[in-house]
Amino acid sequence: MEFIKSNKFNIILIALALVIPFGVYPVFLMKVLCFGLFAAAFNLMLGFVGMLSFGHAAFLATGGYVTGYLMSNADLTPELGILCGTLASAVLGYLFGSLSVKREGIYFAMVTLALSQLLFFFFLQAPFTEGENGLQGIPRGKLFGFIDLNNNLSMYYFVLAVFLLGFWLIYRSVHSPFGQVLKAIRENEPRAISLGYSVRQYKLMAFVLSAALSGLAGSTKALVFQLESLTDAHWQMSGEVVLMTLVGGMGTIFGPLVGAAVVVGIENFFSGGELGTYIHIIMGLIFIICVLAFRNGIVGEFNKFVKNNF
Amino acid sequence: MDTILGINPVALFGQLLVGLINGSFYALLSLGLAIIFGLLRIINFAQGALYMIGAFLAWLGLEYWGLSYGWALLIVPLVVGLFGILIERFLIRPIAHEDHLYSLLLTFGVALVLQGVFSHVFGSSGKPYSIPEFLQGVANLGFMYLPIYRGWIIVVSLLVCFGTWWAIEKTKLGAYLRAGTENARLLQAFGINVPLMVTLTFGFGVALAGLAGVLAAPIYSVSPDMGANLLIVVFAIVVIGGMGSIGGAIITGISMGVIEGLTKYFYPEASNTIIFMVMVVVLLIKPAGLFGKEV
Repeated sequence: MEFIKSNKFNIILIALALVIPFGVYPVFLMKVLCFGLFAAAFNLMLGFVGMLSFGHAAFLATGGYVTGYLMSNADLTPELGILCGTLASAVLGYLFGSLSVKREGIYFAMVTLALSQLLFFFFLQAPFTEGENGLQGIPRGKLFGFIDLNNNLSMYYFVLAVFLLGFWLIYRSVHSPFGQVLKAIRENEPRAISLGYSVRQYKLMAFVLSAALSGLAGSTKALVFQLESLTDAHWQMSGEVVLMTLVGGMGTIFGPLVGAAVVVGIENFFSGGELGTYIHIIMGLIFIICVLAFRNGIVGEFNKFVKNNF
Repeated sequence: MDTILGINPVALFGQLLVGLINGSFYALLSLGLAIIFGLLRIINFAQGALYMIGAFLAWLGLEYWGLSYGWALLIVPLVVGLFGILIERFLIRPIAHEDHLYSLLLTFGVALVLQGVFSHVFGSSGKPYSIPEFLQGVANLGFMYLPIYRGWIIVVSLLVCFGTWWAIEKTKLGAYLRAGTENARLLQAFGINVPLMVTLTFGFGVALAGLAGVLAAPIYSVSPDMGANLLIVVFAIVVIGGMGSIGGAIITGISMGVIEGLTKYFYPEASNTIIFMVMVVVLLIKPAGLFGKEV
């Protein structure tokens, strides 16, 4: 347990992340990192504040569409494009958050789901998203004007850097006084209120941070695949991020990344060919099994095992 | 056609009728959700999938088993209700003591599996279901022509909704149910078998979705994803109405259908989103919902 918390462990992980694209297809790795960041951002709310958002696809898609549109039409450098996408998601997060934190628990889940469906129809009808076709052939551009990202290996290291930045931000937030208040709200909201914390403000801040980081993941993903489509805005995407977090272990730091790797891996295995139609059945079954028998997720169970045996 | 103040009455009444029909389905589904929520404190994400199964069973019945529409209307809700009882007994009850968010995620998983199985077996294209003979034809109401089947949907769902409201608010069984909603442990102390009541309530709430599915089969095409999108709209309606009252769920459901119909006439671009926008306005003005009791 001590070892896992140590800096040595982190350094080994990062070193592994640096050499792994030489053994594994980089596009797959980038997909895992983007969804890992997305799930980690989502987990910031579900795992650390106890708020189940069922509309996080909205932020992923907003980041992706804004970045994709600007990269295709405004000739921005990728870092600026991603920044704009992230900011757009943060603004949307503020709007959605102000409305939804008024309700709790199950209502909160329904409000976020309905709001993201509203946005889905907006993206479906708005001319700049090109409807069912989506934005295709988004240019990756040159990072800071001189690093060509069309090379998958350079793109991988860029995505890794974005991921580490986002992950570090989440880690810092969770382990700050702000994060302590969030956990207090999760454990006992009335007590947090009685201690004088303005709980709604804290919830809203967590919501905006989570939305912005989801937007960061979506923006980066749009550059990786050079494509942004309605799939990202669909409610099934909101369900998928819940599944990733659940499988990996909610309320853990590394859980969402592990969950994203598992879910993306399963999807890649089943996509294409005859097995394609089984994917929703498999996802649903994993949901049911996790909820019935595996609520701590992979990382949660692992932590428990280490704690009990070492 | 004559227009009055720039409004074409035939088209307007046509959209109003469509709105009333959609509203009937909204009312049936949100009523089911509200009843289940009352006792179990969960939202059933599988409600849309069970509505879809209701429609599919009606279609399968007619296509393969010679089950006519009239029988389907009776038998299918029972079958769907039984299926719901199995879900409650074997999946939801084991985790009922955990955080309710887990049960919600569980029903979401169930919905994904059901939808996945049906699209795997039947493909994603819609299946046609013809209107039964005794409900075909059109009635002339003077100001408009009413296809009889559409009138039938409105009458049946209003009767079922009103019957449910009456059973819950005015009968002894309903009194148990309301008592369970207030304080299930105390009710159990009075010797009522609460777990059984929870199971039957879940079954009944789900059967309403099955009934809505049978009613929908002849006018919407029967397809595996027919329930999912409808359910999200129903969620918005539940947020608008709040789940404090049974009557509230019915009224909100029907009126939202009518508002949607009017939007289709006056500003069709917004007809997909109008209910969500109403939800935003309600959240701004009265966050607990129009009929909600919580703060």
